[in-house]
Amino acid sequence: MSKLLRHTPVEITERQALSINPAKTCQPIGAMYASLGIHGCLPHSHGSQGCCAYHRSTLTRHYKEPISAGTSSFTEGSSVFGGQSNLLAAIQNMFTVYEPEVIAVHTTCLSETIGDDVPQIVDKADKEGKIPAGKHVISASTPSYVGSHVTGFANMVKGMIKGLAQPKTKPNGKVNILPGYVEPADMAEVKRLARMMGVKTICIPDTSGVTNGPLTGEFKMYPDGGVTVAELQDCSNSKGTIAMGFWASADGARYLDTEYKVPCSILELPIGLGCTDAYVDALRTIAGAAVPKEIEFERGQLVDMISDYHQYFYRKKVALVGDPDQLIALTDFLVSLDMLPIHIVTGTPAGKRFTSKIEEITRDIGYKVNVREAGDMFLFHQWIKQDTPDLIIGNTYAKYIARDEDIPLVRHGFPIVDRVGHQYFPTTGYRGGMRLIEKIVDALLSRKERDAPVETFELVF
Amino acid sequence: MATKSKKPAEISRESLASFKEEVLKKYPPKVARKRSKQFLLNEFQGEDAPQIEANVRTIPGIITMRGCTYAGCKGVILGPTRDIVNITHGPIGCGFYSWLTRRNQTRPDTETSENYIPYAFSTDMNENDIVFGGEKKLKQAIREAYALFKPKAMAVFATCPVGLIGDDVNAVARDMKQEFNDQGIDINIFAFSCEGYKGVSQSAGHHIANNQIFTHVVGTSDTVTEGKYRINMLGEYNIGGDAFVIEDLLHRCGITINATFSGNSTYDDFARAHTADLNCIMCHRSINYVAEMMEIKYGIPWIKVNYIGVESTVKSMRKIAEYFGDQELKDKVEQVIAEEMPAVEAVLKDVKPRTQGKTAMLFVGGSRAHHYQDLFREMGMTTLAAGYEFAHRDDYEGRKVIPSIKVDADSRNIEELEVHPDPALFKPRKSAEELKALEDCGFEFKDYKGMMPDMQPESLVIDDLNQYEAEELVKKFRPDVFCAGIKEKFGIQKMGIPMKQLHSYDSGGPYAGFVGAINFYQEIDRLVNTKVWGYIKAPWQKKPELVASYAWNDA
Ligand code: SF4
Ligand code: SF4
Repeated sequence: MSKLLRHTPVEITERQALSINPAKTCQPIGAMYASLGIHGCLPHSHGSQGCCAYHRSTLTRHYKEPISAGTSSFTEGSSVFGGQSNLLAAIQNMFTVYEPEVIAVHTTCLSETIGDDVPQIVDKADKEGKIPAGKHVISASTPSYVGSHVTGFANMVKGMIKGLAQPKTKPNGKVNILPGYVEPADMAEVKRLARMMGVKTICIPDTSGVTNGPLTGEFKMYPDGGVTVAELQDCSNSKGTIAMGFWASADGARYLDTEYKVPCSILELPIGLGCTDAYVDALRTIAGAAVPKEIEFERGQLVDMISDYHQYFYRKKVALVGDPDQLIALTDFLVSLDMLPIHIVTGTPAGKRFTSKIEEITRDIGYKVNVREAGDMFLFHQWIKQDTPDLIIGNTYAKYIARDEDIPLVRHGFPIVDRVGHQYFPTTGYRGGMRLIEKIVDALLSRKERDAPVETFELVF
Repeated sequence: MATKSKKPAEISRESLASFKEEVLKKYPPKVARKRSKQFLLNEFQGEDAPQIEANVRTIPGIITMRGCTYAGCKGVILGPTRDIVNITHGPIGCGFYSWLTRRNQTRPDTETSENYIPYAFSTDMNENDIVFGGEKKLKQAIREAYALFKPKAMAVFATCPVGLIGDDVNAVARDMKQEFNDQGIDINIFAFSCEGYKGVSQSAGHHIANNQIFTHVVGTSDTVTEGKYRINMLGEYNIGGDAFVIEDLLHRCGITINATFSGNSTYDDFARAHTADLNCIMCHRSINYVAEMMEIKYGIPWIKVNYIGVESTVKSMRKIAEYFGDQELKDKVEQVIAEEMPAVEAVLKDVKPRTQGKTAMLFVGGSRAHHYQDLFREMGMTTLAAGYEFAHRDDYEGRKVIPSIKVDADSRNIEELEVHPDPALFKPRKSAEELKALEDCGFEFKDYKGMMPDMQPESLVIDDLNQYEAEELVKKFRPDVFCAGIKEKFGIQKMGIPMKQLHSYDSGGPYAGFVGAINFYQEIDRLVNTKVWGYIKAPWQKKPELVASYAWNDA
């Protein structure tokens, strides 16, 4: 079959300046996604309108849901004189026409380069009476030339806490959950586990019910889901914060700690057996209660599945590309299945913290592991050409590599624009682990069956 | 409450006219004033036709469908060409989002022919580059790209911060071309100052792309394609394979497509574009500039064509044959039409009873909101409202209004190239008498009459429609199908109205030519008659009263 990525050579040459086939995207889209996790919130992109159009399109393709967001629609004039008047007008127009509870402003590389001071402009809007009583405007600085979409998400999580949390009053007995840059279904699952443990939570942000809504015959610009303003205002009164995923959640959690003395634990994303165990264990400690039978039952089912299909996982090589938080949890899970995660690439500049963590998890697998932060999918592909894995785990773009190299692909991460399921079915928690296993087994065995000669084609696996 | 069960407003002059008032009421006065000029009932035609305001800034905070200049330049015009290494100079986002997301299909000649469409190249600027300038990095990126791929051409696209920090992409391109040429490497490198904020929409990007392609590429190759009737197809981007259909159709008539701008195209197409004998424009908005300039510089006349809709396809094919004037060609065209029609008629016969009398709304692009009305008409459907996302007044009212369009600050931003006849290459394709003779028989050169004259008086024309207005339109009139883009799709469908994407075709298509028309008829039939909208209410929501109908309840 003709190759799609036909110009990618096996030989790797170091590149200093040219990025090819990115494994990340820019901050504002992460900020926009996080903002959608506040109930009644209209995200706003302070920059020229192309960024906003691109971010909305990409989120829409990923979720197949309406994604509303405003833009300051900069023109040449605004980029010379600054975007203050655009933002002031935008705030007024949005409150009048779209009536949100909150507007969450994020910047773009344009407004950042110009140097617009968004908090100061918001202040001005407030003084000029452009923010109706009881309504809110929050903001986050999200320069696209720093970090990645994950950084943007983290910045907006911190921004919503900073913008809405009120000084401590009386303890609410709740736990703040910062679920990380995961799917709405994942957030719902994390909340469900906490509920089963008897822990009351404030999930910051919470896109469940927002970016995976039902078809009801009515267009709700502000769907029922999302963490409410009241909850965010109250999060300073929580007894603690469980933050999941260092890159997406640590900043927000630490802010709550330093500013409001809400202690935090920073965990990995609860994807796979070990990381979910850590989450449940943390909830147990906080709740001071025994883990209920129902959760142990789910865990037992996951372990059962692993034992049933272990022979198909054993020493199968996997290449993974995605976001740092996801990659760490996934790598941990794969290692626990006795699989071999051999090529691991994130586009996010995640530093040594990321690479050492991966090295630590894979230290004992007895196989050479390639790991790169601030890498791209071109390098990922070259590694795959050099040492062919049995499976690829990555977003939709990985399918070009999968087809060229004839390797099965399990879609995971952002964006997934060609398959359904990620919105509705979690990969977090024990049930999420089961879903991942289902997908991996299906991919591996379908391939085995496709390639099996007549004499070894089997009925039972 | 299911919006489905609400009775839609009667379509009448009054209801349409009052819609405008109702909608504008919600806006702050300044916004209402501005929007009211972009919003009209299509009731007057001819001399009395009202003006519509178009190609003006979107109001900050209003949720628009529009994108940016970079998208229009890199995404729309240059995106579909497969053998140019397109480097986005900027932070990673812009390059990422324009990576494979427009469905520009392309068919490389061989297994090893160049095809960079599945790749995204970017300088991925970081903070350091923003502070200290990114020119050095850009140069290095170009060197690295050449070392890896050895392409015959590279293009550089500026994103928002680039202009602000003072990076001169054109100078870098010039220097790098020189650097390679000095080493004896034959490569063309050019750049586009298409920073997102340059214009009010994608439209500015089209213009910038046209200018640079015309300046740096068109006319650089003298290889002439073989064929008796040689045309260029302009403004056809091969979404969902449309260009393949048109190529096949014209090829069967004996017409050679010398170059396509830019669906399924190569760099060489652009380079030899000046050798064609006729330019045929599909999407007037995005590409008319190049046609105009080619006419002045090389003497190639242009005509407007349209391959969306069977009637328009037939007309366009005959128009090309008439231009060349040979009976042999005319016969061939008629033969091809005759070959295609039975299949079209059979499908229409099947589909039309189910689509007849239904209604549509189209808000998209700079030509499709017009072109696709033809297909709906063929299915017996009425267009209630239509508008463009980024077109200009001439696309609504026809080219006759061009002299009266006021040039505002935003348009003045985009360079108008001064073009003169090329001393060596200018060659009139037809003598003045020949042109006159054609015109006397009603043949129209350089003309596009726009969308409004083709719409019925009881219809709304709305420019740069936004999310709120779209929602109100749907709530009030409940069309049977709504056409726009991906961002609009799911909000409309939540209201129980099928939405057809006319940018990306929802992964469907092709919709051009006869084959395409058949696909479209069937697709719309599927959409307007699908059972899914009937599932929105659960049985117990339709009949909420509790009746003790189960025997075991009585026990
Ligand atoms: S990189 Fe910057 S200019 Fe590009 S889409 Fe992201 S925010 Fe917009
Ligand atoms: S108006 Fe339509 S055909 Fe023209 S460039 Fe836009 S999407 Fe393409």
